[in-house]
Amino acid sequence: MADFGGGDPEAFRKEVREWVEANFPAELKGRPNPMMREERAKPSEAQEAWRKAVGAKGWGTPTWPAQYGGGGLSSAEARVIQQEFGRAGAYNPIGGMGVMMFGPTLLEYGTEDQKLEHIPLICRGDVQWCQGFSEPGAGSDLAALQTRAEDKGDHFIINGQKIWTSGAQYADWCFCLVRTDTSKKHEGISFVLFTMHQPGVEVRPIKLIAGSSPFCETFFTDARAEKKNLVGPLNGGWTIAKRLLQHERGGLSGAGGGGGMGGRSLVDLAREYVGVDAQGRIADPDLRTRVVQHEIEGRSFQQTAVRAMLESKGNSGPSAATSIMKNAGTSWMQMRHELTLEIMGHQGLGWEGDAFKPEELGAVRGWLGGKAFTIYGGSQEVQSNIISKRILGLPDLTQHN
Amino acid sequence: MAVLNEEQSMLRDAAKSWTQEKSPVTAFRKMRDSGVEIGYDAKAWNEMAEMGWAGVIIPEEYGGSAFGYLSMGLILEELGRTLTASPLIASGVGAASALVLGGSDAQKSEWLPRIADGSVVGALAVDEGAHHAPEKVALTAAKSGAGYSLSGTKTFVIEGLAANLLVVSARTSGKPGDKDGITLFLVPADAKGVSRKRLALADSRGAANITFDKVEVGADAVLGAADKGWDILEKTLDRVRAALAAEMLGAANQAFETTLDYLKVRVQFGQVIGSFQALQHRAAKMFTDLELARSAVEAALQAIDADSPDVPELVSLSKAKMGDVFHLVSNEMVQMHGGIGMTDAHDAGFYLKRARAAEAAFGSQSYHRDRYARINGY
Repeated sequence: MADFGGGDPEAFRKEVREWVEANFPAELKGRPNPMMREERAKPSEAQEAWRKAVGAKGWGTPTWPAQYGGGGLSSAEARVIQQEFGRAGAYNPIGGMGVMMFGPTLLEYGTEDQKLEHIPLICRGDVQWCQGFSEPGAGSDLAALQTRAEDKGDHFIINGQKIWTSGAQYADWCFCLVRTDTSKKHEGISFVLFTMHQPGVEVRPIKLIAGSSPFCETFFTDARAEKKNLVGPLNGGWTIAKRLLQHERGGLSGAGGGGGMGGRSLVDLAREYVGVDAQGRIADPDLRTRVVQHEIEGRSFQQTAVRAMLESKGNSGPSAATSIMKNAGTSWMQMRHELTLEIMGHQGLGWEGDAFKPEELGAVRGWLGGKAFTIYGGSQEVQSNIISKRILGLPDLTQHN
Repeated sequence: MAVLNEEQSMLRDAAKSWTQEKSPVTAFRKMRDSGVEIGYDAKAWNEMAEMGWAGVIIPEEYGGSAFGYLSMGLILEELGRTLTASPLIASGVGAASALVLGGSDAQKSEWLPRIADGSVVGALAVDEGAHHAPEKVALTAAKSGAGYSLSGTKTFVIEGLAANLLVVSARTSGKPGDKDGITLFLVPADAKGVSRKRLALADSRGAANITFDKVEVGADAVLGAADKGWDILEKTLDRVRAALAAEMLGAANQAFETTLDYLKVRVQFGQVIGSFQALQHRAAKMFTDLELARSAVEAALQAIDADSPDVPELVSLSKAKMGDVFHLVSNEMVQMHGGIGMTDAHDAGFYLKRARAAEAAFGSQSYHRDRYARINGY
C-alpha cells in the first residue's frame, strides 16, 4: 500500500499498539472524552497525561504536517491509529474547534508565521479555540455582522457582540469575523485572531432548553487583536469564513464518522421498551415501520459518505457533497432522537431523579439539544439555498450567499 | 457515481450515446402509440442485443461477457433515463441469473447463448396475485410419468407476452407460503397448455397473465433440485430487484433534470419559477434524496458482484429507498410542470406511470422495508 510510504502497515500497527499500551492510563479505559461533555470539570492527572502524550506524538491530528506539530501521516495510517485507540478503549484527547474547523483553515490560508505560532498549540491540545461568527442580528445572514475592528496601526480595537459562541467559557483564543469596512457587506469583513484572556472580553453562558450551557454570549469592549493575527487580506475574510464553514458542516454531518451517535440501536431499545411479537418483530407495527425506514435512511447516508470518499480520492478538502451531507445527516440524527423518546415512552421524558436511568435522562436532553443540529453551522434552509443555487444552478434573486 | 473501471466506462458511454441518439423518450412514445402488444420495439431490442447487453452477466463460455451486475446497472440506468422499453431485465437479468445460479450444464448450454444474443427472451413467472409474494406459490407441479404436469396461473409476468422461455415457480409439496416445496421449471412459452393474456398497464410496458393447464414437462425441465427452488428463486429475484432499481435511478434522475430545466425557463410573475424558494427547497430535497438513493443502488449491485453475504438486505434497502425517491420525484415532476405536466403530450406522465409500475414490481417499498427488518431480526 503506497499509503504507508513503502512501509509495512502491520509494523506501523504494532508500533501504535505498543505505544498505546505503554502510554494510555488504564483508569481512562472506556471513559468518554472529557472534552465532549458540556459542563467541563478540571481534567484529572491521568487525562492531562494522556493529552500531553498524544499531543507530543502529533497523533491527535495525524494527517496534519509534522513541521507544525501534526503526525505527518497518511490517511491509512490515521485509520490505524483510530482503530488501535478504539481497540484499547481510548479516546482522542486532541479535539475541539481548533482541530475541527480552525486548524484546517489556517493551514490553507495562514502565513508561515501564523501556522508556526498557532498550529502546534492545537496539535498538543494546549490551546482551545472558539468561533466568533454569529451575532444577534447576523444568524443565517452571517455577512450582516456588525462587530467592528478599528485599525490602530499595529493592532485592531474590537467592539461588538457575538452569540452562540460554543465553549467560549473554556476557550483561550477566538477566531473572529469583524467588520473592517462599513461601506460594503461581504467585502468589508476580516478574519482575525485574538486571545480571550484580556480585559475587553466578557463571556456569559446561555442556558438552553436542554438545561445546559454549551453556548455563550461574548461581548467585546475595546478588545485588542494584533495585526500579525489578521488571516488573509484585510476585508478578505468572507472567503476564509466560507471555507471554514465547509469544514464545520463536514464535521457536523457526521460524514467523517459515518453518522454514528454511539449508544444502543433503536431496535435494541424497542425490544426492551415496546416488546416483540411471537415472530420476534417489534410489537408496534407502526413504530416498526418507522424504525426500519430510519435504518434505511442511515445506511444510505453511510453508503453516500463512503461513495463520496472514494469519488474524491485524490482531491483534497471538502466537496460540494458536504452540503447534502449536512441536511441528510442532521435530519437523520434528529429523527433518531425523536424515535428514541417515543420508544421509551414516559420513561424517556424524565428530567432528573432516580426514577430514571442515565440512558433515559440522556434521551430527553439529547432530543432537546439535537434541535440545534438543523440550526447551527448553516441552517437546514441555508443548506437548501446553497444546494439549489450552487449545485442546481437555480437563480438567486436575493443576491446573498 | 461509483468509481468505474475502463470497460464499465465504455459500456456506460455506449449506452448513453445509443439511448440519446436511437432511443430518446420520443421512441417510447412512438412505441406506445403504435399499440405493439409485446410492449417494446423489437428492432431496438435487436440493436441492444447486437451490442452484447443481453449477455452482460452471462459467463463467456455461454456467449456472454461476464461484466457483472454493476455494469448491467450502468446500462439500465441509461435506458431508464429515456424510458427505453426492453426485455433486458426480464431476460438478461431474470432468466439469465436463474440459469447461471441454478441451471445444469445442459440447461445453460441450451438457453444462455440464445439469451445472450437476444434470440430468446426469458421471463420470470413467479407471482400469483396483485402483490409481489414469491413464497405464495399455489401453481402445482404434479408428478406425471417421468416428468411433471403444471397447473395454475401466474400474474403480472413482466415481458410474459414476448417471452419464449418461462422460468416458473411451482409447488411440488407443502402449501402456499412455505418456502420449502417450491420447484423452478424451465417451460417453453409455446408448450401445450400454456395460454397468455396480455395486460395493458398504465406504463405501456409488456406484461401478461399466464395460465398453465396440465402443461407436461420432463424431469430435465427442473431448474436446480425439486422442492428446493427457493434459494435460487430468491437470489434471482434479488438480482432483478437490484437491476430494476438501477433503471429507476436513471428514470428518476432524468425526471428531476427535466423538471429542473423547466424551473429555469418557465416565467410567472415576471420571473422564472425556479427563483421561488418554495420550489428551490423542494428541488434541493429531491437532489439530496437522489444522491442517497444512488449510493444504495450502487452498493447493492456491487455487493452482488462481490458475492457478499449481505446482498438480500442491501437489495431491499436499495429497492425501498429508490422506490420512495422515484415516487417523490415523479409526483413533483407533474406538480412543478403545472398544467402542461397533466397533458399526454408532455413526458411527465410517462415517468409518473413508470414510477408506480416499477415500485410495485418485485416488491414495493413496504414489502422491502418489512423484508429488511426481518433479515435483521426484528
